[in-house]
Amino acid sequence: MSQVVEGTRISRNAEGSALGTVRRGLALTPEFRKGLLGTLALAVAATAGKIIVPIAVQQTIDTGLQSATPDLAYISRAVGLCAVAVLVTMLAGYAMNVRLYRATESSLATLRVRGFRHVHDLSVLTQNTERRGALVSRVTGDVDQISTFMQWGGLMIIVACGQVLVATVLMLVYSWQLTLLVWGCFLPLVIALPRFQRWLSSAYTTVRERTGDMLAAVSESVVGAAVIRAYGSERRTGERIDAAIEANRRAQIRAQKIVATVFPLTEVVAAVAISGIVLLGVHLGLGGHITAGRLVAFLFLITLFVSPLQIATEVLNEAQNAVAGWRRVLGVLDTPPDVADPGQDGVELPRGPISVAFEDVTFAYPGGEPVLKEVTVTVPPRTRVAVVGETGSGKTTFAKLLTRLMDPVSGRVTVDGVDLRRVCFSSLRERIVMVPQDGFLFDGTLADNIRYGKPGATDEEITLALTELGLADWLEGLPDGLETKVGQRGESLSAGERQLVALARAYLADPDLLLLDEATSAVDPATEVRLARALEGVTRGRTAITIAHRLSTAENADEVLVFDAGRLVQRGPHAELVRQDGVYADLHASWVSAART
Amino acid sequence: MATKVTSAVMREGLSVLGVAIRAEWAVFTAAVLSSAVYGGMTVASAWALGWAAENAVLPAFAQGRAAAGALWTGVLLILGTALLKAIGIAGRRIWAGTMQYNMQARSRREVTRQYLRLPLAWHHRHPTGQLLSNASSDAEAAWAPLAPLPMAVGVIVMLLVAAVAMVVTDPVLALVGFLIFPAIAVLNLVYQRRLSPLATRAQQLRAEVSEIAHESFDGALVVKTLGREEEETERFRRRAHELRDANIAVGRVRGLFDPLLEALPTLGVLVVLAVGAHRLAGGSISSGELVQVAYLFTLLAFPIRALGWVLAELPRSVVGWRRVRQVLEATGSMEYGQARLQGDGAAALEVKELSYAYGEDPERLVLREVGFEVPAGRTVALVGPTGSGKSTLVQTLVRLVDPLAGQVRLDGVDLREIAYGGIAESVALVPQQTFLFDDTVRGNVTLGLPVDDQEVWAALRLAQADGFVSRLPQGLDTRVGERGATLSGGQRQRLALARAVVRRPRLLILDDATSSVDPQVEARILQGLRGESATVVLVAYRMATIALADEVIYLEHGRVVDRGTHEQLLARCQGYRNLVTAYEREEAERAAVEAGEGVSA
Ligand SMILES: Nc1ncnc2c1ncn2[C@@H]1O[C@H](COP(=O)(O)OP(=O)(O)OP(=O)(O)O)[C@@H](O)[C@H]1O
Ligand SMILES: Nc1ncnc2c1ncn2[C@@H]1O[C@H](COP(=O)(O)OP(=O)(O)OP(=O)(O)O)[C@@H](O)[C@H]1O
Ligand SMILES: [Mg+2]
Ligand SMILES: [Mg+2]
Repeated sequence: MSQVVEGTRISRNAEGSALGTVRRGLALTPEFRKGLLGTLALAVAATAGKIIVPIAVQQTIDTGLQSATPDLAYISRAVGLCAVAVLVTMLAGYAMNVRLYRATESSLATLRVRGFRHVHDLSVLTQNTERRGALVSRVTGDVDQISTFMQWGGLMIIVACGQVLVATVLMLVYSWQLTLLVWGCFLPLVIALPRFQRWLSSAYTTVRERTGDMLAAVSESVVGAAVIRAYGSERRTGERIDAAIEANRRAQIRAQKIVATVFPLTEVVAAVAISGIVLLGVHLGLGGHITAGRLVAFLFLITLFVSPLQIATEVLNEAQNAVAGWRRVLGVLDTPPDVADPGQDGVELPRGPISVAFEDVTFAYPGGEPVLKEVTVTVPPRTRVAVVGETGSGKTTFAKLLTRLMDPVSGRVTVDGVDLRRVCFSSLRERIVMVPQDGFLFDGTLADNIRYGKPGATDEEITLALTELGLADWLEGLPDGLETKVGQRGESLSAGERQLVALARAYLADPDLLLLDEATSAVDPATEVRLARALEGVTRGRTAITIAHRLSTAENADEVLVFDAGRLVQRGPHAELVRQDGVYADLHASWVSAART
Repeated sequence: MATKVTSAVMREGLSVLGVAIRAEWAVFTAAVLSSAVYGGMTVASAWALGWAAENAVLPAFAQGRAAAGALWTGVLLILGTALLKAIGIAGRRIWAGTMQYNMQARSRREVTRQYLRLPLAWHHRHPTGQLLSNASSDAEAAWAPLAPLPMAVGVIVMLLVAAVAMVVTDPVLALVGFLIFPAIAVLNLVYQRRLSPLATRAQQLRAEVSEIAHESFDGALVVKTLGREEEETERFRRRAHELRDANIAVGRVRGLFDPLLEALPTLGVLVVLAVGAHRLAGGSISSGELVQVAYLFTLLAFPIRALGWVLAELPRSVVGWRRVRQVLEATGSMEYGQARLQGDGAAALEVKELSYAYGEDPERLVLREVGFEVPAGRTVALVGPTGSGKSTLVQTLVRLVDPLAGQVRLDGVDLREIAYGGIAESVALVPQQTFLFDDTVRGNVTLGLPVDDQEVWAALRLAQADGFVSRLPQGLDTRVGERGATLSGGQRQRLALARAVVRRPRLLILDDATSSVDPQVEARILQGLRGESATVVLVAYRMATIALADEVIYLEHGRVVDRGTHEQLLARCQGYRNLVTAYEREEAERAAVEAGEGVSA
């Protein structure tokens, strides 16, 4: 029994070519394609304007002024036409921008929301393979990186290509030999671009990783503030943070250096091309293949050819970032939820008393040894079960399998005879609710948090629930009552109060099976007993499973399950188990001596 | 917080830039010089091309014979200027980037140093999300204008040179320039004025979207166990759509002004051509001069927008800088005295008239005039119902927070007089809420304390954690994951305990530090602790734990209700009795009920 399971990790980056990634990214968001034709039509107008206007101006200067006598009539006509073209371009540009912004922002919002939803669909184990901060940036910063490219870069590539094309045609009209020379100079650059792109890509990947490390380090100084102070480890934490900040700074500067050296290369190549034109042009001219006027005109034409290439290198950067962003978002969406909701095909369980069975269930965390081994147990409806065992014996793991936060490696878990994997989530979550070991609260009021168990519950229902749980006194003791702010993660409440809220939240959800994983470990005994009694009253007729180190719970349960090192070693009512020689008798003895000395 | 682009904001923005320039003046100078080289070479390369055309190409055609000297000079001029220009660009970008990233790193270091320095009470008042964004996006925003700054400074130089060149060439054409360029500047200003409140709002929403995602992923377990994925997605979607709308609003302004700003210089060139053609016809200028002016215009059209970029970033920068400054200037820092704690062995603790409140409202006291003393080497149990103030009290004992009134004395020395780091040397607290760093087991236990592995193992043994640690795949070198996610609740708690005992503290404070540990393990841990020569303060509910204590202090609503031995309190304090005998009474009642049922059956 030492099979090692590989868990599902979140793909760091989606696979596939850059173009394929962009295509997939766009395919995911229908908003982008809606009205795309109109936007494209406007884009053609705006782009054509952007391509033609500089060339027209150049031509006006060339033909109007380079000749011996300036052709005034021609110039005023050309200037007028150009001005009209500029204005039309501007208007088309405005209309196109507005549509483009709307389309891209809508589509990115959709992508964000889909990514967010998908993260929640992943199993807890898969979610834990990545730091929270990194996971967050997949639906925030990484998506933002796409927008610049979609709103500016993508179009600039089209403009640049168009300009290069028109410039090439014009150059060809002047001289095919010189055009060949120009292309001969730039071709190596064009060929080398993908390589630069790979460099940049790896440099920016490093930057992103270092930024992630830095944010994680910084967040420790905030989240771990109390521990750091209590242990006087400010200096060590400070050094760790400094190292992370410095590594991030270095990575940024390195990436910047690559960009900074690649970008001006076009200038140098252009100068080489121009020099070549001068030399070859004079040579051709002496052979009678080109006139002086044409050669000079050609020299000026080349700027039309160079500037779009410059923009293209700049856009490369943006494109690079965008593709990286898409990859990271798609990386989330490509990660299969290994604990998947059967959805429509799933079984809906009717409400009512619930029974649970574990059939030969084995579970191991990814890459680890099995922590639950061949557990077989049936919990009949309406029983109150206590789960006990040493720390690390697998109780929480048992609870997570029962609520299908994870699936067993082998064996199966059934509810009312139906394999848990076939029950649709909406039905499952309605019927089985667990209160986890650490009561996480959302930043908001007490009422907000309790209402989380049953959206739409009125304040009266919430107060009633608290009263039923025997917590009315506590509520009355709070100066702001239900409006008490709980702070981030509930940190403005005491640990025990936090657990009370988490419990009330689950209670309000009104499940058929309530599973408490040390849900009252920080609550004082008097309150705990009161809670237990209240729960006993209201859970009569329901199934309740309680994990607790305080064995008072076990004493009152119909049945006790005893775990030891991943195995279910004993089961039966308390009275029976204490009489047997075994793990439970020991546990109970030490509990009795702990609680009653 | 919508920031209008008022002149005050502009002034503040410029002063922020001033801070950076003073801090990184060498890098800044290098960047500006590079930018100047770039500017100069931009003009020079045009001139070189003209020179080559006029002195090498045209004569060659006229004479039907190439003058090698002139030709090669032309080529060298073209290549030379281009190379210098490329170096200028590279230098400007590298140094501008270096300056920006240096300043970001500097702000981040300063801000996090402040986080580590400021008292916990300050942390209580500031939400985590805000503090994280101060160190990340605000530090980034504050120095964002530094990237285009050297170019903008270079542009100003270029504009001046161009202005002179135009005036010299033709005053009338220069007039066109003097109309067009200020027009661009004014348009830029209007643009920023319209844009900045929208951009600030988008920035704000971006932070909020991020916060929602953070919290929601943090609470993933709750979301899952209650099946609230749809509601969470809805919550995220609402804010994401607000962000979308804000971005579209930004886009609408951008979409209008960007084409306008792009068109203006081109229109300028056209005006120059139209006016110039008439001047040409009138013979006031030569066609070469007209070409030159037109060329200057096209040359300036692009770089002049760098000014706009700087202006565009200024409002965001000001907001970011203000938020960074708020952290840097935060006062209420803990003052430390000079006193050193002498002596070893257990320390004596004394709490006098101590009061504490979390909020600003001193009426809502969480602790009221709490007083007690623990002689060296003794053990005291703090007992009280949920929310009675035990954790708060314990925090004041290690000076995580300073009391509102009253004092805490260690070996007779007020905690406030002890030198920095002195308390942590003598006192160790195991908090109620276990916090593990995303680090190895060893790192989490030592927290940088120079101890060898033997001592680490000894501490782990005392905390009953040696067993599971030795079974971990990499032993002490196993990473425990974010917040210790790969360990069970009890395992996390035992590591936290080992972290405290490895320091051999003179005062050990346990805040319900064995709540997730089973009774057997707890008993063994407590046994181990008895051997340590330390004063112990423990928060506990279990009788066995309480029984360890020489004295019990019973708290209710932040007040000491009674103190004495366990037996004394049992006998005379009703609240205490209610609390600690709850399980027993419960069982007794149950037994009675069962007996009753037995009788009636
Ligand atoms: N995410 C995880 N990855 C790897 N190992 C894990 C993970 N969570 C738990 N484990 C290991 O699985 C074993 C069982 O853990 P589990 O949380 O089920 O224990 P438990 O019985 O609930 O203990 P406790 O009483 O301390 O809460 C432990 O040895 C623990 O280290
Ligand atoms: N950060 C905070 N901001 C505001 N109020 C707080 C904060 N922390 C605790 N409180 C309040 O102060 C009171 C005392 O809290 P404390 O954590 O000291 O209680 P406790 O005795 O440790 O309770 P428990 O047994 O549940 O751990 C509670 O009413 C709590 O709501
Ligand atoms: Mg557990
Ligand atoms: Mg507490």
